[in-house]
Amino acid sequence: MGADGIGVAVRRKEDVRFLTGRGTYTDDIARPGQTYAHILRSGQAHARIRSIDVSKAKAAPGVVAVFTGADMAADGVGGLPCGWLVKNKDGSPMKEPAHPPLVVDRVRHVGDQIAVVIAETRAQAKDAAELVEIDFEPLPAVVDSKDALKTGAPQVHGDAAPGNLCYDWELGDKAAVDAAFAKAHKVAKIDLFNNRLIPNAMEPRAATGDFDPASGDYTLYTTSQNPHVIRLLMGAFVLHIPESKLRVYAPDVGGGFGSKIYHYAEEAIVTWAAGKLKRPVRWTADRSESFMSDAHGRDHHSHAELALDKDGKFLALRVDTTANMGAYLSTFASCIPTYLYATLLAGVYTTPAIYVEVKAVFTNTVPVDAYRGAGRPEATFLLERLVDVAAREMGMDRVEIRRRNFIPTNAFPYQTPVALQYDSGDYFSTLEQAQKAADWAGFEARRAEARKRGKLRGIGISTYLEACGIAPSNIAGALGARAGLYEAATVRVHPTGTVTILTGSHSHGQGHETTFAQVVSETLGIGIDQVEIVHGDTNKIPFGMGTYGSRSLAVGGTAIVKALDKVVSKAKKIAAHLLEASVNDIEFKDGKFTVVGTDKSKTFGEIALTAYVPHNYPLEELEPGLEENAFYDPKNFTFPGGCHIAEVEIDPDTGVTKVVKFTAVDDVGRVINPMIVEGQVQGGVAQGIGQALLENCVYDKDGQLITGSYMDYVMPRADDLPSIGVATHTTLCTHNPLGVKGCGEVGAIGSPPAVINAVVDALKDHGVTHMDMPASPQKVWSVINGAHRKAAE
Amino acid sequence: MPQVSLTVNGRPVKVEVEGRTLLVQVLREKLGLTGTHVGCDTSQCGACVVHVDGKSAKACTLLAAQLEGASVTTIEGVAGADGKMHPMQEAFRDNHGLQCGFCTPGMVMSAIDLAKTNPDASEHEIREWLEGNICRCTGYHNIVKSIQAGSAAMRAAK
Ligand code: FES
Ligand code: FES
Repeated sequence: MGADGIGVAVRRKEDVRFLTGRGTYTDDIARPGQTYAHILRSGQAHARIRSIDVSKAKAAPGVVAVFTGADMAADGVGGLPCGWLVKNKDGSPMKEPAHPPLVVDRVRHVGDQIAVVIAETRAQAKDAAELVEIDFEPLPAVVDSKDALKTGAPQVHGDAAPGNLCYDWELGDKAAVDAAFAKAHKVAKIDLFNNRLIPNAMEPRAATGDFDPASGDYTLYTTSQNPHVIRLLMGAFVLHIPESKLRVYAPDVGGGFGSKIYHYAEEAIVTWAAGKLKRPVRWTADRSESFMSDAHGRDHHSHAELALDKDGKFLALRVDTTANMGAYLSTFASCIPTYLYATLLAGVYTTPAIYVEVKAVFTNTVPVDAYRGAGRPEATFLLERLVDVAAREMGMDRVEIRRRNFIPTNAFPYQTPVALQYDSGDYFSTLEQAQKAADWAGFEARRAEARKRGKLRGIGISTYLEACGIAPSNIAGALGARAGLYEAATVRVHPTGTVTILTGSHSHGQGHETTFAQVVSETLGIGIDQVEIVHGDTNKIPFGMGTYGSRSLAVGGTAIVKALDKVVSKAKKIAAHLLEASVNDIEFKDGKFTVVGTDKSKTFGEIALTAYVPHNYPLEELEPGLEENAFYDPKNFTFPGGCHIAEVEIDPDTGVTKVVKFTAVDDVGRVINPMIVEGQVQGGVAQGIGQALLENCVYDKDGQLITGSYMDYVMPRADDLPSIGVATHTTLCTHNPLGVKGCGEVGAIGSPPAVINAVVDALKDHGVTHMDMPASPQKVWSVINGAHRKAAE
Repeated sequence: MPQVSLTVNGRPVKVEVEGRTLLVQVLREKLGLTGTHVGCDTSQCGACVVHVDGKSAKACTLLAAQLEGASVTTIEGVAGADGKMHPMQEAFRDNHGLQCGFCTPGMVMSAIDLAKTNPDASEHEIREWLEGNICRCTGYHNIVKSIQAGSAAMRAAK
């Protein structure tokens, strides 16, 4: 490996601009003649709109225009599309009620978009929005997905989704599962709620639309993880603008975690309005708007049962889940509780039969979609909690029951009963490494010591895997995906030998400018300072599916490798010509093309120059220039996994739970930059601990969002978290050339059950077998004190 | 409209403001200093932290009209005269104390103030100090490391 190559913890190339305040985020971009949009949002969870009067707002100082849903509808603007068609058990398609960018006659959640006020300044737009007069007829609202399924529940979409049901879906062999349960020695059961979360990337969403009347070209600047996808969805389905006339540019983006994947109403509103007004239209969310308009995450009710034989081997798993979709289908909402959740329920275990039923339900809440992990944290939480319950049921050790059911290290490729085929993994090693790092063996002494201080100490483990880089396109398509799942890359070698990489992956914190440059450096033998990574701009990059599901390196990185291979192969031909040798005798190593067995060689720079100054060049056989494209469609998912161990201490007087030690040992495949991998895992773990102990999105029964600001929604802060110990154990992915698996989500997937298992362990003498997240002080305190009271009675 | 005169990153500026104009709006919208960010509307996140007369302050919580005569330093103003990054900026880079970079300017400004007031803060003190700065990306682990290293470098430079 070179100084900048694969495996080196090089400092990040992108950092200097961020550290000196020179990043360019969407809201940093000013356009000449710009106007400001304010979105008027519903304060009601569910209401019919009898009338909207915008005349006073239109007359207010500085106001340029006020538009409502009727204006957009009259212009033929379409609804926001959903990217995945899930089918019901009987094969019929899911319900897809209309999702207009601005509502027409009914609001369905607090935060629903009613009108846009556009003015010369932000303050004027906000002031004028207060003058819009709306006559509402309030309707009863429904918030919880199980309530929404009850007869007589308020109907969010009426006949467009009778009974509020989006779909009723199943996966697995029901008969085989029933048969296995019939002969089970024991059955472990759990009922749980995976709490609703609000993603809260620190940069609020923003969008600026621009229109050039001379060329007819539209530009959308937006906080997106996948600008090409936005161009496709907005251009083709919503605004009917040809791709050739629409540029979508997602510059520096301040975190996404899934919430910036989706095509949001505001993007369509500002782009459409810019065309109408022939002026740029800017919109930036206030944080309060983010809380009620960014897609939320999780929100699953589940009942699960695990059948065991007398040795503690898992015989079958049965799961019944109700997933809250919110008021409308967000872009990828439908595939999260199905293809990204149910398919993960084998986990790292050899459970031979699994049957899962999932009902997706509309409610009067913000739409729910992927949030870091997307379906996989829900599956992992269910499974890892259930395994702990089973261990207790069987009177077995928690680690022993896991080991007994692990997929053996020599069993790969391993076909699960829920569609996935795992390519590689070594769950025993990650477990042992984590147990050692966490000093699992010494825990009981620490528990006893804590008890002396009046504290309840517990330890929890989760052994998990996840699936990244969703693929391949043809299978996903057969399962209902309405898009491809490949990635594109261009390698442009310049005459002087420097390189520009155009990638369809998008970086919003992941450090692609560094990691991808390291891959190039390793292949071409040039320093990372000679490599420029360009992303985020549909006018520069041929195409791209963007960044989500930890796919950037496994899919986007592989596309780069494929394009690099083409570059090297062409460069070898040029070298063969210059060195008067056969191309088969040319070897490329450390940036040099050498005739095998001789000292005759040419540097990469010399070949690049020759390609662009083709004076001595095989022009009959080869085109000049050195630039190659590649599209890569993966053969399979990748399967990172590992073991997380949390150690907690509970103060019985206050109910406050502190994570005192956290250990993560993950197998993310080959590590390109260990510093960046560690950072990704630590960030993911922080979000996982956040879900387990602090974060919770709460609506009241009328659909008002109670946790609508940082005063009420508990974000993990520095003093809530421990140092996070991270290590890796590598098995290579077998089907991509880098052997990489992905590291963006492992932290958020493996950690929540480890923390809750530790809390339950700490409280085991209080009769606790399960606690839903977050294990808030109030919940924990009540359990302890309720239990105390019971003991005293 | 009333005017205020203040010094920003060593440069005297005079700007017209409304009574409700916030310091962060002056910096971002009037002076083009977009390194100072806005992450919330309840004074909780710290993305907007700058120095006002040498002390860290949330620029989203100060009215510009209050600041007549004040000296304001933003993230764009902390590098040395030679253009070299401040030791705290360097430390964040060396220790991977940032990912998306959005919270970073506020973190760095906050950290510099901490290092000045408590040059050898413990991990616990650093974590407590960061109560007003939210980062969603890093889990704070590397931010704490960065601040320890940055403080040490600032002590050494004295
Ligand atoms: S912008 Fe959040 S505290 Fe100032
Ligand atoms: S680095 Fe993204 S919020 Fe801190």
